Amino acid sequence: MLVKYQPMYLSIGVTSLQTINSQFQRQVFKWGAIISQSETQLMEIARKCRVDIVEMVHKAGAGHPGGSLSAIDFIVGLYGTEFRFNVENPDWEDRDRFIMSKGHASPAVYSMLHQLGVISKGDIDSFRTLGSTCQGHVDMKWTDGVDFSAGSLGMGLSFGLGCALAARMDSSERNIWVMIGDGETQEGQIWEAAMAADFHKVGNLNVVIDRNRIQNDDFMEVQMEIGDIGEKFRSFGWKVLEIDGHNMTEIVNSINEASNNQSQPYAIVAHTIKGKGVSFMENNPSFHGKAPSDDELIIALEELS
Amino acid sequence: MSAPSSGGASRDGYGSALLKLASDPRVVVLEADLGKSTKSCLFRAENPERTVSMGIAEQNMMLVSAGMASSGKIPFASTFAIFTERAFEQVRNGIARPGLVVHICGSHGGIHTGTDGSSAQSIEDLAIYRTIPNMTVMHPCDDLSAEELTLQLLNHDKPSYTRTARNKVPRVYSEDNVSNIKIGKGNIIEEGNDVAIIACGVMVNEAKIAAQKLSENGINACVVDMHTIKPLDGDLIQDLAKQCGCIVTVEDHSVIGGLGGGVAEYLSRNIPTPLEMVGVDDRFGESGGTSELMAHLNINYNAIINACHAVIKRK
Repeated sequence: MLVKYQPMYLSIGVTSLQTINSQFQRQVFKWGAIISQSETQLMEIARKCRVDIVEMVHKAGAGHPGGSLSAIDFIVGLYGTEFRFNVENPDWEDRDRFIMSKGHASPAVYSMLHQLGVISKGDIDSFRTLGSTCQGHVDMKWTDGVDFSAGSLGMGLSFGLGCALAARMDSSERNIWVMIGDGETQEGQIWEAAMAADFHKVGNLNVVIDRNRIQNDDFMEVQMEIGDIGEKFRSFGWKVLEIDGHNMTEIVNSINEASNNQSQPYAIVAHTIKGKGVSFMENNPSFHGKAPSDDELIIALEELS
Repeated sequence: MSAPSSGGASRDGYGSALLKLASDPRVVVLEADLGKSTKSCLFRAENPERTVSMGIAEQNMMLVSAGMASSGKIPFASTFAIFTERAFEQVRNGIARPGLVVHICGSHGGIHTGTDGSSAQSIEDLAIYRTIPNMTVMHPCDDLSAEELTLQLLNHDKPSYTRTARNKVPRVYSEDNVSNIKIGKGNIIEEGNDVAIIACGVMVNEAKIAAQKLSENGINACVVDMHTIKPLDGDLIQDLAKQCGCIVTVEDHSVIGGLGGGVAEYLSRNIPTPLEMVGVDDRFGESGGTSELMAHLNINYNAIINACHAVIKRK
């Protein structure tokens, strides 16, 4: 039976997820009650994550800052509200699942796990180096708190469907969250999974599409524009929400609705800006997979301060 | 060893094993519109709540299986061998790389696909799955051994690929002795010292026929059922090389990269020994009846006999 966690931290003036964790012995928790009081706190966590992202990519000299910066607000919104997990026991079997299908945006996940205290500063500082906890693309074999080994696009939604089916067989209320890129929807397997999720009436599966309109080589309108993604998911039988992926109110509202409606799978199209938060990376295809220089890092950190 | 003369296809053994495995609630079965052919339909009939139809979408099926494995299930996913190949990268990246224990079954392996022709004839599946770290690769020779090896997968801690065959063949094993076989251990079917014939799948029966005919000419061939292609039983190969001094591998598969390839790699690195390989010689198949195709592609008992004569001369 699922334990519903009480909003016992309502009155506490927390400034970071780590503070909460230490104050409550890192018990399993949902953070939603706090965040509904102060979404600005979530934005502050997202800002710290952005600093982690640009610093770890700079230090590694490689990585994917653009898609990490576009995705991070939703990730923080999710972990900060409805997502059920235990930072002391990331393998807790009845945890919700977060499946980062666009696995190259690993810095976003690592920064979140760092802010949660699941992984250390040393871990993210070693990003992409030999033997590092933080592999180039997210990998469940290497990192606590990572639920999927990604890196090859198009696979995560199917994996999430498998998690969702297993949860239903176990009569578990765990929710499955999958994040995919908009370019990733060019993979046919996404639509195999979309079709199967509707056929099997999987209500505990939710996908968020990071709609930043840029893929590896260029803008999607140059490479392969998918068009109205929401309409396509709707035609596959999904409930679709369209949100501003950088507006924490809209993020949290969409997460609340999807988490509490188990009648059908939800697709949340999060309209985002690639590179969000760092002026020279914003909407710039060249920062899909490029590290900032030393000078660029200084500018980025100033803008994120 | 005496063996019953009648039996089922190895796919029948896979299906009956799934039925027996159903008593474990962790076991789930995934199908891609070929359950009647792979024989997972037997499980579905009695356990519909644990059978997941994925439609004709093999890539999705592999990752759904992986997701279920990550959530405590033991998935058995099956389709035709050739269509598992469509999802090769999904198996590689989504299942084997994270070490998720999913058991894949590819039925209708090799050229034995009825008269469908080359599009359905997977003659490279053993080779490609053998290259993936963490994968166990098997190709049982009859229904009884297929059932036994599939049952053993319940407690196997690695993902696996098992190729089964469409056609019925005479049983190599009996119900009395089949439980002696073990994943990863080859099994000597006929004793002999002049040449060792290492076979897998339906070709074990052809090897037995060849050995019988060779014995009529005074040549004593050892016949081995190498049902596990990976991990390959190197200890047994070494013993056979010492005992017989020459080896013939036999498979309904390309001569590149499968059982023959694996044995060649082992011998050249450990105990260089004359080797002949019977298999499909780097070409695609075509439509035709089973016997005429095997003769046409030079993989029947006559080909084995010729290979034995050739390799003995090289000793």
